[in-house]
This record gives sequence, C-alpha cells and structure tokens, in this order.
Amino acid sequence: MSNNLVQVEIKVNGVIQPRLVEPRTTLVDFLRDHLALTGTHIGCEHGVCGACSVLLNGDPVRSCCMFAVQANGMSVTTVEGLAPERGSLSKIQDAFCEKHAMQCGYCTPGMLIACHALVDKNPHPDEAEIREAISGNLCRCTGYQQIVNAVKHATEREEIEEGASHG
Amino acid sequence: MADQKFKYIGRHRRAVEHRRFVIGRGRYAADIQLPGILHVAIVASPYASARILSIDSAEALALPGVHYVLTGEELQANIDPVLPGVDAPKVARYPLAHGVVRYAGEWVVAVVAESRAIAEDASELIQIEYEATPHVVDPEAGMADSAPRIHPQHGSNVILRKKFVWGGVEQDFAEAQHKLSYRVHWARSATVPIETFGVTCSWNDATQILDVWASIQMPKYPDQMAKSLRLPGNNLRVHYDVDVGGSYGVKRGLKHSILVGYLARKLGKPVRFLEDRLENMRGGDMQGPDRIFDVTLAFDGNGIVRSMRMRAIDDIGAYSGRSPLQLGKPIGAIVGPYRIQSVEYEAVSVMTNKTPQEAVRGFGQAPTNYAIESGIDKVARYLGMDRVELRLRNLIGKDEFPYLIPSGTHYDSGDYATVLGKALDAAPFDSLVQQRDALRAQGLLAGIGISTCLEPSGGNSSFEPLLNPKNQTTTWMDSCLVRIDLSGAVTALIGTSTSGQAHETLVSTVVGEVLEREPDSIRVLHADSLNALPSNSPVGSRMAIMLGGAAAGAAKKLRTKLMRIAAHNLQAPEAELSYADGDVVVTAAPERRISWDALVEISHRYYHKLPEGMEPGLQEKFVWEVPTGGKLPVDDRVQMYPCHSFEAHVILVSIDPQTGKTSIHRYVCGHDCGVKISPDVVHGMTYGGIAHGLGAALMEKFAFNEDGQLLSGTFMDYLLPSSKEVPSVTIVDHCTPSPLTEFGQKGSGESGYLGGPAAIASAINDALAPCKASIDALPMTPQAVWRALQQANSNQQGEKQYA
Repeated sequence: MSNNLVQVEIKVNGVIQPRLVEPRTTLVDFLRDHLALTGTHIGCEHGVCGACSVLLNGDPVRSCCMFAVQANGMSVTTVEGLAPERGSLSKIQDAFCEKHAMQCGYCTPGMLIACHALVDKNPHPDEAEIREAISGNLCRCTGYQQIVNAVKHATEREEIEEGASHG
Repeated sequence: MADQKFKYIGRHRRAVEHRRFVIGRGRYAADIQLPGILHVAIVASPYASARILSIDSAEALALPGVHYVLTGEELQANIDPVLPGVDAPKVARYPLAHGVVRYAGEWVVAVVAESRAIAEDASELIQIEYEATPHVVDPEAGMADSAPRIHPQHGSNVILRKKFVWGGVEQDFAEAQHKLSYRVHWARSATVPIETFGVTCSWNDATQILDVWASIQMPKYPDQMAKSLRLPGNNLRVHYDVDVGGSYGVKRGLKHSILVGYLARKLGKPVRFLEDRLENMRGGDMQGPDRIFDVTLAFDGNGIVRSMRMRAIDDIGAYSGRSPLQLGKPIGAIVGPYRIQSVEYEAVSVMTNKTPQEAVRGFGQAPTNYAIESGIDKVARYLGMDRVELRLRNLIGKDEFPYLIPSGTHYDSGDYATVLGKALDAAPFDSLVQQRDALRAQGLLAGIGISTCLEPSGGNSSFEPLLNPKNQTTTWMDSCLVRIDLSGAVTALIGTSTSGQAHETLVSTVVGEVLEREPDSIRVLHADSLNALPSNSPVGSRMAIMLGGAAAGAAKKLRTKLMRIAAHNLQAPEAELSYADGDVVVTAAPERRISWDALVEISHRYYHKLPEGMEPGLQEKFVWEVPTGGKLPVDDRVQMYPCHSFEAHVILVSIDPQTGKTSIHRYVCGHDCGVKISPDVVHGMTYGGIAHGLGAALMEKFAFNEDGQLLSGTFMDYLLPSSKEVPSVTIVDHCTPSPLTEFGQKGSGESGYLGGPAAIASAINDALAPCKASIDALPMTPQAVWRALQQANSNQQGEKQYA
C-alpha cells in the first residue's frame, strides 16, 4: 500500500530508473506499469510460459516470479532494448521477421530474450541447443519450427560472413 | 514454387505485423492504459453446484481504494442474458451467478478497485455462504432422468439431440459383409493461448458511447454485447486495432466484456479485467470439446467402407454458448475424404457441472476426424490389410469433384491420393518401416501413424439453421474497403482484429496483386466497429478465402474505375487498353498512356475529366457472401463450408515400455490448401496446428475430480508442448486450386490440428499392437500408455492361467 513504498534504482535498457514501488510489485509489473514498457508480456504468472522473460545482468529470468525490489541496483534488458539502435533490428529480431518465427507475437518478446541469451553464450548453436534454449518459452502458434529456423538463419549467416571475410 | 501468373501471391514476403512484434510495439489488450482506470478481481464459486445463501461485501467495501462490489443480483436485473446457439431459451447465461452456482470457478462477485492488487485483497474479504447441492460431472450420467438438473427450467441436461440419416444406411448395413463397432474419447482440452483474455471498457456520458478494447476473435461480438447491455448498436464501439495474443477459436470473452462494459457505464470510469491464468483456465469458459464417440462401420472384405453410424456425446459444461454447434460443423465432412455412401449421425450435447465449452480450432472437426480415422485403422487391423492400401481404396478420386457427400456438402476439389503419396515418399515410408523394426529390435515399442483428413474452410454458419430451425441465418459475409488517396497511396480497412493470422499481410498482398502496386506500400487498418464494414471474424479457416476475396473484390472495383477514367481521357475503348502497375496504356500504341498518378489526380481533383456521372474520389467497398452459401437446409442436408483442404500425416513414434513415454522420430504432413497467398503464413499455421494436435493427443487435459473440481488449472498440471516435445516437421505441399475462390485459395487456419491427433493415436496403437494393447482415449499420456500395457499384460497372464 501507499504508506509502505520502497525506493529502487533499476537500470533498464541502459537508463537508470529510480522509482518508489510497493514491495509486492513484481518486476514485470514494474516494467509495464511504472515504465510503460509493455513489450514484456504476462502469460501465466507462475514461471512456466516464459512470456515475461527479460535479461537480468545478462541472464534470462522470469520477471513475473521476482519482485522489483529484488532487481534493485541491477541491469535489465527488455525486448525494447534488444536492437542496437532505434529503427534497426538485432540479427535475431531480423531473422525472426525473415523466417516468420511468430504469429500472434505474444510469446515473441520472451522468445527473443531466450534466443539472445543463447547466442550471447553460444554464437553457433545446433538445433538441439536451440531447442534446449527455448524450451522454457511456450509458444502456441508456431510449433517452434520457424523459431528454430530463424535462430539457425541468424547464426549460420554469421558463419558465412566470417568465411567470406577470411576468404 | 510461386505461381508465375501471380506477381505477389505465393511469394516469400515478410509479414507486416512482425515489424511491431519484434520490437515490443504490439498493442495487446493489457497494453491499453487509460487515465483513472479501475481494475476488476473476481470471486469464484468453490462448489460445482450450490445455492448462494448470502453475500456480505461490507468489509471489502471498507478497504481503501475499493470502488464497487457487483453481485449477480444487480447485474442480472439490469442486462439481458446471452442465449445458446441452439433452441434452449431457458438456458440463460449471465456473467455473474445469482441464486445458484453451476460449476466450480463460476464467477459470483466482481470487485472493482484502483489496482488489481487492491481488488484481489478486497475479494478475499467478501463473505459468501453456500449450500452445496447435488452435481453431475459425467455426461452419460447427466443424461439419466434421475440426474441433478443443471438448468431445471430446461427440463433436461440434454440441450441438443438430433439424429440424421443420410442415404440408405439400413440397406448398406444389411448388405455389408462386416461391421465393426468401437468407442473413442476425445478429452477436454483447448487451445489455451499464452495471452489470457483481457478487456477494457470506457463509457462517455456525453457521447453515450461505450468504447471496448478486447482480445477478441468472435463473430457478431459488438452486436451481442450491445444487445445484452440493452444499448443500440451505435452506442458501442469495439476497437479492432488490438493485437490478440493467440486465440485459435477460444477468445470469445463475451461474459467478461458484458461485465466490464456494465461496470464502466455504471461507474462512469474506464474499467479493465485481465484474467489471471487460473481465472482463464477455470472460469474463463474456454475449454474445448469433450466427446464420446460410438461408431459402427459397415464394410466389405475388400476394405471398402459402405456406411457409418456415429453417435457423438459432447459434454459442454454448465452453460451453452455456440458450443452445441460444434457437433454441427463436422457434418460438412462427416465422411472424411472417403466414399462412404450413407451415414447415420446422432449429435448429443449434454450439460454438466463443469466449465463451459468454447469454440476450438476446427469447431469440432478434429475430434470427429480422430473418431473416423481410428475406425479406418481398426478396419485395416480387422481385415489384416495395410492401412495405406485401405485408405487408397476408399479415398475420393481426383476426377470425382465436385463430390457430393451424403450430408449435402459438395467437396470443391482435391487430389487426396497424390498428397498421401507425396507424404509417404517424403517420409520415406519404407525407411520408416525399417526404423520401426529396428526400434522394436532394441526393445522399444514403435509404431507408424497415418491419417488422411479434410479441413473444411471458408467458415459459414450453415450449421445454425441445420441444428436450430428457428435460426434462419444464411448470411456470413466478410468485407473490405479500399481507398486510394490524393498522394496515390492505398489504404484498406478491415473489420476484425488479428490473432496471428497476418491479416494485414494477406490484404496488402491481395490488393497489391490486383492493383499491381507494391504490397509493402499498402497500409491495412483494423477499423473499429462503428467505422468498419461487417466481418464474421477469422473463424472456420475463412480469412484467406473471405477477407482475401473481399479485398480482391474492392480492389477490382477500383481497378475497373481507373480503367474507365483512362478510357475517357485516352478516348479509347476499355477493351483496347492494358493495365500495368497502375498505369494504363493503349495496347496497340503504348506511347498513348496515362499514369497512376495522373489517374489519381483526375479522380480527386478534376471532375471535369471524369466520365459523366462518375462519383469522385477513389474508394470502394466489397461485401462478399460465402461462396456456395446463402441457402437453408433441405431434408436435413446443406452445403456446410465451401472449400476443402486436405492433409495426410505420416509419422513414426517410439514408446519407452518402462515409462510409457512417447517420442516422435519423424513427422511428415502432406498438405493441399490450394493456392497459398502467403506461404510462410500457411506453413506456420500447419506447424502450429501439428504442435497443438500433439498437445491434445499426448499431454493436455482439463481434468476434473468427482467433486467437479478442476485439477489442471495451471501450466504445472495442464501441460503444453515445448520445443522439446514438438518434433521437427516436414511439410510437403501440393496445390489443387479451388474453383470457388478468387485466386484458387482454400483455408488453412486449422491445418495440422485436424489430422495430427488422429495420426499420433494411430502410431501409438501401431506401437502397442504387438503387445495386444490399445488405447481409445486422448490424451495418450505416459500414465495412460503404461496402464494399457499393464492391462494387456494381466490379460495375457490371465489367458495363460486359464489355458
């Protein structure tokens, strides 16, 4: 309640955001309601579907299953912060568009977070590694196939470019 | 391969919608933020059946931040109920219960507060006294005269029972060499979108308009909502520019919307309700068909199936929307892809004390396909005949179209044997057999699954008058308005929201094709219900056909108008002109031409250059009725949907005999949906439909205990397939154009789901057959497989003991 607010400072997509929040405010509600970053979605609120995934200090987490106060002093990246600059797309985002890796788009932000987290650590994953990495993110539209294809596309293309530059 | 006669249709193109989705700029119902908005939490019934003795809201109302507590008593006195799709006027449905509750999870009280958290706090302070009353959860028990009545005024728990006899069933059965009877169960599952249902409403005292933003996919939603709220249609404005986070049929939150609309008007403030996951699973009224099929097939020694008797008992839960009609739609493909010449079909919808049923992808077709395909496999096993050979003997031939089935539908076109053949070649089938035998040699159970199924498309509502003679609806149109502005830019307006079907991509591709303008330059808007032309929403795999057809129709009218203006200004007959990329040239003298820009300018600015009497400007609408539609049933026969896509699934599975767990090793789907306007979109829907079918076949079930309590209200117990369960799928395309549509397209929104569960069940039963085990119920979970193996084992030991 309003007589019990806590000060937090969370760096979100590169900007330090000081806010007063109720202790029970979840991180996803903080992002959506306090910062109007509505790209992060809520699907199950019990940590299964992965729609609310964000990067917390670089690791993918469920923002529905932690409180904003727990992220105090930490760095959060949401789907709005994945592109290198406004008007452009990350390789993964671009590949998702190219390979039709979404339909309704609702799981897409969480799925993109999972794929970014994967590629950050493993730039050239094979299909099994891709499927493992996105297995905590549920999608009801795509059957995952075009998502897997997109991640392959984004990471294989890099190999070709590297090969070309060495050639 | 893209068809050379098309410029944009059938080619790879990035979906327009994806641009906003990947940068987090989708606009879903939960993203609508209005100043001063109030939030709703629900108090739900803990009982499957009970009388409400008292409701005490005093403590909740005293909590700071609480604005209102609404009970069913107030709500029911001030709105009209939603009535069923069949003739059962006593089965009234309101958003909140009053007097009695009919299922565990039914909404009883709505609490409105400044935040959802405060509303939830307050909801825990509401005191409700109940007195439990007898309940029934088994539909067959519910049919008995002695069963507790869900709606006593209706007189029975059976809300629909209708028997159809098409053709000489008696004679065909009498003459058949063999008859085989079986029972299969399709379990209560649903599409369960990752986004729950959400709705925001705002009332304006001055304009008297109720604005509505909802995650909706529903025909006649504004009309039904306005009617219930006792508002003229033009006092309600539904905003269709809301992205819907998945639906596949179920996003029909009419009761949610009526409740929130009432509250917004009552309180004079914007109000929203976003279901949490449990509310969605239990009280959201979005569970799917729950069916018992009793089938007898009549066939001869060559495996030719002559006739079928089918009774389907569907458990629709405690209230009825359109759910009984889900037994009606499959009548349009009641013989599947086979030459079965007569059918007896009895459709029985039963109410129980469970969560109500909603429309699910295929509107009842996937369960029926599963029931038919199970029988085809059983006939093969009975005759010792190869399942592929049996199907080939019964499939309708490619030269037999249009093919009239006994229940009155003409199938438009197809080449079923070729599609099945392509799927078998892609597997390849011989290799599957070798792999199956190798897996068996390793001690695993392994099986091959086959299914060949129809996907009726171009959604019509012919089942309404067929199942309810008081409903004479024959119109089921869709529409589009296209305009070219003074700058020459093209904008199209559509009257429905998108839930992943890429309608903006569809319409801009089609309009671009007709006008020969770059599709990416064409803007498509989801208008609101007061600004849009009528739509019946993306139900029944209809949008490629109906919205695509409407968009093409409007664009063709514009093209015709441009040609007339060009002919007038070039002083040449239209027949001597050619249209190319928006410019018009005299075919025989190409130097005589008039450009797109000039034609646009004449239309908007130079009335003196228009043909006499022509309307200025460039704006045309087209409203299209479903092809083959518009007719009432005659002798219990009617054309259901116009177009018929076809799918053939060929799969290989193995089962771990120790755990009962099924793994899919190979999945091939041969698919023919005519001309594909957006191939990536079509393939995506098929992949998704297969995954969804895998869930229904292996994992998903809304389980209830004997007390009528939902046991699977979270994703920890209602299991959705992840990327680890869904295999890589090979889709093999084939194209038999439909003669009924603008470009030869058919629908595909339900593809994969309509044949997938049947194929997986087929594979599992093939795997279990060497153990003399079988399963005739979905989902075929590890527990179910394990139980079937134990049962077969004890049967065999019993046989040995008594031998």
